[in-house]
Amino acid sequence: MTILVIAEHDNAALAPATLNTVAAAAKIGGDIHVLVAGAGASAVADAAGKVAGVAKVLVADNAAYAHQLPENIAPLVVELAAGYSHILAAATSNGKNILPRVAALLDVDQISEIISVESADTFKRPIYAGNAIATVQSSASIKVITVRATGFDPVAAEGGSAAVEAVSAAHDAGKSSFVGEELAQSDRPELTAAKIVVSGGRGMQNGDNFKHLYTLADKLGAAVGASRAAVDAGFVPNDMQVGQTGKIVAPQLYIAVGISGAIQHLAGMKDSKVIVAINKDEEAPIFQVADYGLVADLFEAIPELEKLV
Amino acid sequence: MKVLVAVKRVVDYNVKVRVKADNSGVDLANVKMSMNPFCEIAVEEAVRLKEKGVATEIVVVSIGPTNAQEQLRTALALGADRAILVESAEELNSLAVAKLLNAVVAKEQPQLVILGKQAIDSDNNQTGQMLAALSGFAQGTFASKVEVSGDKVAVTREIDGGLQTVSLSLPAVVTTDLRLNEPRYASLPNIMKAKKKPLEVLTPDALGVSTASTTKTIKVEAPAARSAGIKVKSVAELVEKLKNEAKVI
Repeated sequence: MTILVIAEHDNAALAPATLNTVAAAAKIGGDIHVLVAGAGASAVADAAGKVAGVAKVLVADNAAYAHQLPENIAPLVVELAAGYSHILAAATSNGKNILPRVAALLDVDQISEIISVESADTFKRPIYAGNAIATVQSSASIKVITVRATGFDPVAAEGGSAAVEAVSAAHDAGKSSFVGEELAQSDRPELTAAKIVVSGGRGMQNGDNFKHLYTLADKLGAAVGASRAAVDAGFVPNDMQVGQTGKIVAPQLYIAVGISGAIQHLAGMKDSKVIVAINKDEEAPIFQVADYGLVADLFEAIPELEKLV
Repeated sequence: MKVLVAVKRVVDYNVKVRVKADNSGVDLANVKMSMNPFCEIAVEEAVRLKEKGVATEIVVVSIGPTNAQEQLRTALALGADRAILVESAEELNSLAVAKLLNAVVAKEQPQLVILGKQAIDSDNNQTGQMLAALSGFAQGTFASKVEVSGDKVAVTREIDGGLQTVSLSLPAVVTTDLRLNEPRYASLPNIMKAKKKPLEVLTPDALGVSTASTTKTIKVEAPAARSAGIKVKSVAELVEKLKNEAKVI
């Protein structure tokens, strides 16, 4: 068995989610190869080669792969697929965008967002916003899978010494082109990888009030998340949304401030180790999952909390 | 241009589902069913394209049981022109759905296909991408803005770090994110009018599509229950517990 892991990267650095995906591959067992498709991504390839447990790194360096356009990357993966038993990618926006296209071209089902590996062909994944866990078995000749990063502890980023091999295949479907992007800038840790997450909801009342959460977060070395209500109301950008349709987090500590705890929000954070809820409504559903609940006005509690930590 | 919209009948998003005692699935008997929220956004976007004069006809398609006709009627009431139901009693995987949609695409020849980014029951987030692969179309997934101009469509996508804009050649597949629009409500007169709009029923066999699957669900379990913890009385007590009991700060 040989497993192909598609690296998540921005042409400059290997994203941490790749380490969790390699960990899932290691649980399946067999040789692990990593594909780095990009443009000018040699630093990423070097980093991938050092990841513990990786046997080989394939580098496809071509302008067509610069922005991870699925129309160009999917045919590349399909061309490389022969000989692999599994193709894995992190369930990030890139992984979710590219892998189903690969699966359809290979004429196999795809298994989305696995949270555990039961055996080489059997996996667990959440359905219905995490309210049920399905165990699924695949008889496909090539198993195409996305991995929920929070389900697997990352492998070490150092310690491996894989050979790096260039792949010459160039696929440019010519159907799509990159126009531009607007990335949110932040010095705080990345939301999905942070040890502590402080999240605000509708109770924050406006975008300005989020500054209280930012100061608290900076003191704790935490990332800041949000509920859909806070995003839809325009308090914060959508890439901060935690939930079924936003990001899935599982930090050591999740502090939910002014968040009621709808099913869709819980889907994104209920695997956190310790959950703290601060809400003035003592009937809020968030208290049913919180390890520590504080019924209080957040505008009094947050500054006080900031002083004490 | 013609726009094809795919909709799915799913459990209503407010329902807290229960896993069946025999672990064969979740209990959907007597549970409220609705149109998948992302599909509503897809229908709304198509209707707005028609109102702008970009789209000339909206065909809405669903693949599912006989009573998915209810969701198709809803889409017709919201402004779709006609509907197609590909009737299948069994639950189909994304690839089978994508193959059936591809057969409908071949038949209808739309310039734009709009789907939701994921169904809130299976949470797969696959069908649009698979359909794009099978039809050879470009894909604009997780769209928060769609602008058609000439033979191209510019799609602003919600990605992990923020937003990305891509330009796709038509025909193309677009999947909707929550921020794309606010779906309207169907008015009573429109609901009445929708009853007279055409609804064609097809079968996978008639489309010549095999719905065989390489995956099977072995069991469905309830997730590990998380029990409520304690309520603390003050911020000081909270900090003390986090430091000394939970040891997370």
